[in-house]
Amino acid sequence: MAKMTVITERCKGCGLCTTACPKKIVELQKEKRNKKGYFYAVCTDGNSCIGCAMCAMMCPDCAIIIEK
Amino acid sequence: MERNLMKGNEALAEAAIRAGCKCFFGYPITPQTELAAYMAKRMHKAGGVFLQAESEIAAINMVLGAASTGVRAMTSSSSPGLSLKSEGISYLAGSDVPAVIINVQRGGPGLGGIQPSQADYWQATKALGHGDFHILVFAPASVQEMVDMVVKAFDKADEYRVPAMILADGLLGQMMEPVSFPEINADSHDKSGWTANGHGKKREHHIINSLYLKPDELENSVTERFKRYETIKANETDAELYLTEDCDILLCAFGATARVVKSAVNSARDMGIKAGLFRPKTLFPFPVKEINKASENAKKLLSVEMSMGQMIDDIKLAINCSKPVEFYGRTGGVIPTPAEVLEQIKKVGGAL
Amino acid sequence: MAVVFERPKSLLDVPMHYCPGCTHGIVHRLICEVLDEMGIEGDTIGVCPVGCSVMAYDYFGCDMIEAPHGRAPAVATGVKRTNPDKFVFTYQGDGDLAAIGTAETVHSATRGENIVIIFINNTIYGMTGGQMAPTTLPGQVTQTTPFGRDPQLAGYPVRVCEMLSTLTGTAYAHRVAVDSVPHIREAKKAIRKAFENQKAKKGFSIVEVLSTCPTNWGLTPVEALKRLQDEMIPYYPLGVYKDTTGGDE
Repeated sequence: MAKMTVITERCKGCGLCTTACPKKIVELQKEKRNKKGYFYAVCTDGNSCIGCAMCAMMCPDCAIIIEK
Repeated sequence: MERNLMKGNEALAEAAIRAGCKCFFGYPITPQTELAAYMAKRMHKAGGVFLQAESEIAAINMVLGAASTGVRAMTSSSSPGLSLKSEGISYLAGSDVPAVIINVQRGGPGLGGIQPSQADYWQATKALGHGDFHILVFAPASVQEMVDMVVKAFDKADEYRVPAMILADGLLGQMMEPVSFPEINADSHDKSGWTANGHGKKREHHIINSLYLKPDELENSVTERFKRYETIKANETDAELYLTEDCDILLCAFGATARVVKSAVNSARDMGIKAGLFRPKTLFPFPVKEINKASENAKKLLSVEMSMGQMIDDIKLAINCSKPVEFYGRTGGVIPTPAEVLEQIKKVGGAL
Repeated sequence: MAVVFERPKSLLDVPMHYCPGCTHGIVHRLICEVLDEMGIEGDTIGVCPVGCSVMAYDYFGCDMIEAPHGRAPAVATGVKRTNPDKFVFTYQGDGDLAAIGTAETVHSATRGENIVIIFINNTIYGMTGGQMAPTTLPGQVTQTTPFGRDPQLAGYPVRVCEMLSTLTGTAYAHRVAVDSVPHIREAKKAIRKAFENQKAKKGFSIVEVLSTCPTNWGLTPVEALKRLQDEMIPYYPLGVYKDTTGGDE
């Protein structure tokens, strides 16, 4: 059981996290933007998250919190 | 009190150590090198740091680093070196970090010469780096005054959080005079409110910085500093007034030149010419009220400088151009003689 | 569930001004993770450069000093010499460290100053809008090399770790990258080692971090990582260039 949480207002939609996820379950929003106008990152399948924190390690803005 | 015969440059160094200077960063340049050599010998015994930097630029930035942590820091150089230090001095001023800088002036521009000069007056008082700022500038005229002013420079720099300069020249730096070192109680200014020396998780982090990207914030920081300059102008001016009460002609000179001028004033008095001397000991702040008092009865002023005429600008401003101000100067390292100055007094003031 | 990954405490909880995908944020985090793990935030003084990371003082929780362009190693020298028991690091970009500050860099290394330099190499001046840096690759297009950097006109890139490893005073020179999770882990280890070196008074440590500048490279953040891998790493090989400290951490 693991949980990835994106602090959406800190996310700049750079997408680096999406390249790091071994489960390919991190994607950028396609329509919803945060207040700064960025398509922020989301976890598309919470049940598959293994809590490896690789997405968080790639995030330049400390916008991802991992719980396990 | 113990008196020692000391060279000006070495007396500057000894006074700094006694004033609690804990680090000196220097780079060799004639005619101030004895200062660094003295520091190299003595600083470690006083528990401080001496380091020869790779350049004047590095030296002033080492001062910035050390002084940012709250220790008393100093560097010294001569004219061309000051041009290189001007970047760091602007940052010191903009970051409100106190430090002491010595300039043992030599002739310029460019590589100039190695003989005494006062041609860095404008640089020291008006343009020591980019931006809107001043630093305190002290102008000693003897080895003893160099000692006293170094101590004062450290105290006032800490008090107002501004850099301070001793504007000496090659003559003062190289000459030997008896000097005594006063008991020094290094003013203990509380710097804990701003120093970057590790917060120990006991306070907010401190930032030593001169960058403000928002124009109004930068404007506020500069205007706050200029308010401090107003306090400095009101409280910190200092000048020697010699035979000025009844003088017809007021000579104005600072530093080593003032010693020459004083001889000429005495000779003029012997000849019946009522000459007097105004000698500013602080160049920033310029002693405006003092010169106005000194020139109260004078009909003419004569500025004598080892330059093509720089302090004369401040004299005219200080008296609001209310009286004629003449000029006599030698430059390039040539020291004016008492006889030359006396000739000028006769020329300018003889007919008064 | 317990939190297993979040912002290190010494990285202040404020939004960073860097462009989307800029890897400055990753390196900031790694430094702060090391400060937290070693418990030295309160005993550390950081020195910022001039460049994109000029305002890093707003992000690091330790005391910070903003140095003139290129002078950070001299400022750090002044801090460390008068506070030998404190930790001192500089954070500098390629223009700051390898162009205008070359003298300060080389001489702090050759003196063996017991400081840590974190050197961000992204082959471009970012803050001023993308001009040629001393590390710009041959052929790379920038504002001031619009036809690509021609070594006949503009000279060759400076390889900083290789250069500094020739100096006796350098204790540790390591080039790392932040293009992938394994490389980021390696970068963290290098930064930790550099600070441990300082703690053990082993002298001058530099960690060069190959980084990206998506905005001024004209690439997406993900494409920028690929350029780092395909073009930068071959020219700037990763690895330990010098280590006289003996042993790992």
